[in-house]
Amino acid sequence: MEGDIVQMGAYIGAGLACTGMGGAAVGVGHVVGNFIAGALRNPSAAAGQTATMFIGIAFAEALGIFSFLVALLLMFAV
Amino acid sequence: MASSGDAKGEGLVFHPMDQFIVEPLFGVGPVHWYTVTNVTLWMALSVLALILIMVVGTSKRALVPSRAQSIGELAYGFVHKMVEDVAGKDAVPYFPYVMTLFMFIVLSNFLGLIPMSFTTTSHIAVTAVMAMVVFLSVTIIGFAKNGVGFLSLFWISSAPLALRPALALIEIISYFVRPVSHSIRLAGNMMAGHAVIKVFAAFAGVALISPLSVVAITAMYALETLVSFIQAYVFAILTCVYLKDALHPHH
Repeated sequence: MEGDIVQMGAYIGAGLACTGMGGAAVGVGHVVGNFIAGALRNPSAAAGQTATMFIGIAFAEALGIFSFLVALLLMFAV
Repeated sequence: MASSGDAKGEGLVFHPMDQFIVEPLFGVGPVHWYTVTNVTLWMALSVLALILIMVVGTSKRALVPSRAQSIGELAYGFVHKMVEDVAGKDAVPYFPYVMTLFMFIVLSNFLGLIPMSFTTTSHIAVTAVMAMVVFLSVTIIGFAKNGVGFLSLFWISSAPLALRPALALIEIISYFVRPVSHSIRLAGNMMAGHAVIKVFAAFAGVALISPLSVVAITAMYALETLVSFIQAYVFAILTCVYLKDALHPHH
């Protein structure tokens, strides 16, 4: 057994932080799913809204990226 | 980031984060601010590729475009339409900046996909500078164009009066988090994707699962090609969104 309890806590915390990415996955899936549902109802309006979809994806994804950042900080910086 | 890739006590042949180590290009030694590193090399290569496509490729201005000229024209039209659609007609003066950002990021990402190369955009130091410049210039443009009226970005007049102070607080926090999320989104996506490829590559040494590993690398590589483009697109489009907020702060 090597290492100490602080490092163990940091690694467990990094693993737990990764669960936040699941939330980002749900968010991005929700955005794209709703976009496709709308696009299939009115395909002619879909082309103009892809930029909006990508902005929505970016905002939903940002929070997952924050949890990834926390995991990285716990792994390498703390 | 991940400057100490200690692989001891792990079964992997190499650490998946080893590819992100910044090291001097010539010889060994400490990295100072003036040291020519692999980051310098790959940034210079992406600038060179940018010049080759956008300057040399389009220099003939042929009526029937060559391949390089078609790529340049496609990229120009794509970004120009994005700036016009997202940020509005009066944001077109800032189009060259968005174009430069987009081309630099997309070429850095694509060059980073070459095996054994270095992904400059996977480092937060690189993306944070770009995001901070966007953040500062957008804030300066906002105050220069609207004066104190720029602060109405935080005071949502369509909301009930009782809610406005709370909303203003949330808006201010989300405004200052912008450069953080803007830079980490790009760096995180590039780093995570490349690390996943390297993890699968480390499994390729085990004979039993190596076919599965090769298939997984191929699939991840295809996904990474897509992600490389989409993240550059997202970076540019968010710059346009922030520009729109600076030019039209009234909700």
